[in-house]
Amino acid sequence: MLIKNSTQALFPLNGTEDPGIMRNAMRLSMDLELQDIPGQLMLALQPLRDSKANIISVVHHRDRKTPRGMIPVRFVVEMDRSRLETVKKQLADSGISVVRAGEDRFIEAISVVLVGHILDSDLGDTVKRIDSTGFAEVMDLSLTMPGVDEPSSAYLRIRATGKAEIQKALTILREVGSEKKLLVIEPIEAEAV
Amino acid sequence: MRDVKVSLVGYGIVGHGVVEVLNRKKKLLRDMGLNLKLVSVTDHTGTVVSEGGIDAEKILGERTLQNVATTSMKGKEAILAIDSDLVVEVTPTNIVHGQPGLGHMEAALSSGKHVVTSNKGPLVVAYSRLEELARDNGVMLKFEATVGGTMPLISLVERTLVGNTFYGIRGIFNGTCNYILTRMAEEGIPYTHALSEAQDLGIAEADPSYDVEGVDTAGKVVILANSLFNMNIKYSDVDVTGITGVTPEALALAKKRGYVIKLIGDVPALTVRPTLVPIGSPIAVAGTLNSAAIYTDLSGTITVTGLGAGSIETASAILSDIISIYRTKRIDAIF
Repeated sequence: MLIKNSTQALFPLNGTEDPGIMRNAMRLSMDLELQDIPGQLMLALQPLRDSKANIISVVHHRDRKTPRGMIPVRFVVEMDRSRLETVKKQLADSGISVVRAGEDRFIEAISVVLVGHILDSDLGDTVKRIDSTGFAEVMDLSLTMPGVDEPSSAYLRIRATGKAEIQKALTILREVGSEKKLLVIEPIEAEAV
Repeated sequence: MRDVKVSLVGYGIVGHGVVEVLNRKKKLLRDMGLNLKLVSVTDHTGTVVSEGGIDAEKILGERTLQNVATTSMKGKEAILAIDSDLVVEVTPTNIVHGQPGLGHMEAALSSGKHVVTSNKGPLVVAYSRLEELARDNGVMLKFEATVGGTMPLISLVERTLVGNTFYGIRGIFNGTCNYILTRMAEEGIPYTHALSEAQDLGIAEADPSYDVEGVDTAGKVVILANSLFNMNIKYSDVDVTGITGVTPEALALAKKRGYVIKLIGDVPALTVRPTLVPIGSPIAVAGTLNSAAIYTDLSGTITVTGLGAGSIETASAILSDIISIYRTKRIDAIF
C-alpha cells in the first residue's frame, strides 16, 4: 500500500515563505585578487556599486597571500545577471584580476529552531558546518538566552541551492545537534515521503 | 434481531465509559437490529457475570468491582470461562511487554471471540501475531480507539478512503503534549509550569513521562505503520524525541516566523519529534485536540481532528468498532 521513493513530494503544509526571500535572485560569488596597497578594496567595490549589486558578504583573506603577493577576496553579491560582464570588464580595467565569478543560486529556504546550550557549544562552528558546504548557508539567526544556566533557543533560516541540498543541510544540522546535545526542531514541510 | 454477548475486561476510566455508552445507546442499537448484551465485566478485583445482561446502573457507581463481583475469576480465566461473542479489552497499556492485555487478547481470539480494544500495548508488541490469530480463528480485531481516541483514523483509511494509495500519515497523537505546548505558546510559561497546570486539570498524569517523552505517540506510530502500511516494525524502530526540551523562547521565535511547535508522529518516516508546523495548517490544532493528515494519491490530503482521550469519547470509538463488526459488507459476500 505504501509507495516509497515516490516522485510526488509531500509539501501540503506550505504557505509561510518569508516574504524577504528573493527566490529567484541571481546570486554570485566572485573571487578577486587585490594588490596589497591601500585603496584596492574600494576600487573593487566601485563597479559593483555602479551595477547596483547588493553585497551579501566580503571575505578578505589577508592571511592567504598568493605567491605573487596578491590578497584573495571573495565577494558574494545579488545582482542582475546581465550586468556581470560589465562588472568583470570594469574590474579588469582597474587592474583587479577576477579569478572566478560564478552563479550561486540559493533557491530553497527553510526555518529551523534549535534549543540547548547553543552559544557554549560553539554557535560559530554550528553555522560554519552549514556554510562550509558551499551549497547551503545560514542566512538569518536570532538567539534568545533567558539565563546563564538555562538552555537558549535560536531560530535559523537556512538556504540552499535545491531541495536535495536542504535535506543535506538538515542532515548536517541533525548530526551537529546530536553531537552538541541540541534539540533540532525542523519544519514539517521539509520532509518528503 | 441479532444477539451479541459482550465481555468487558478492564474497568478503569475507559471501562466505565463503555458501560455507560452501551447502556445509553441500547435503543439505537436495537433499531439497527443489534442486541448488545453486556454479560460480564472484569477488573483486577474480580468479575461481575450476568447471563441476562448486567444492569449498568448497579455498577457505574463503583470505582472497582470489589463490592459487586459475583466471582473471583480474573483475566484470561474469565475470558475463557464466560460464554461471549466479543471481548472489549480496556486494561492499562504497557508498551514494553503488552501485558496483561496481550494475554487477554490471545485468549479471546484463540477461543473464537472478536476483540475490540483501546489498549495500545498488545498491538505495539505483537500486532502481526494478534492479526494472524484473528484470521486463523475467523474473528476480528478492532482498535480504532488506540490511535487518536474518538478521532476516526483507522476506519477512515481502511474503509472510507479505500482505493487510494497512501503516502503517509502525520499528526498530533497525544493530547497531553498538545495541551502543554499550546499553553507554553499562549502564556510564554516554561514547560514545568504548563505541565503542573495540566496535572492540576487531570490532563497529565502524576508521572507524565509516558506522554511527554513521546512514548505514547511512538506507540501509535507503530500501530499505524503495522496496521495500515504493513511495515512490520517494532517500537525500537521509531526515532523518538519528546517535548521536555522545548522552551517558551523556542515557541516565541517560531511564532514570530509563522510557526507553532507540535509533537508530530510521522508514518512512514517513523519519527516522533517536536516539529515546526505553519500556523493555520489544518493539523496545527490547539489544546488537547489530536489531528492527523492522511496523504493519498487520489483524494489528496485529508485532515481529521478530534478529542484524543476521555472516557465517553474513547468508548464511542469502541462502540463504532463493535457495530462495524456486525455490519461488515464484504466484497465477496455480495454475490
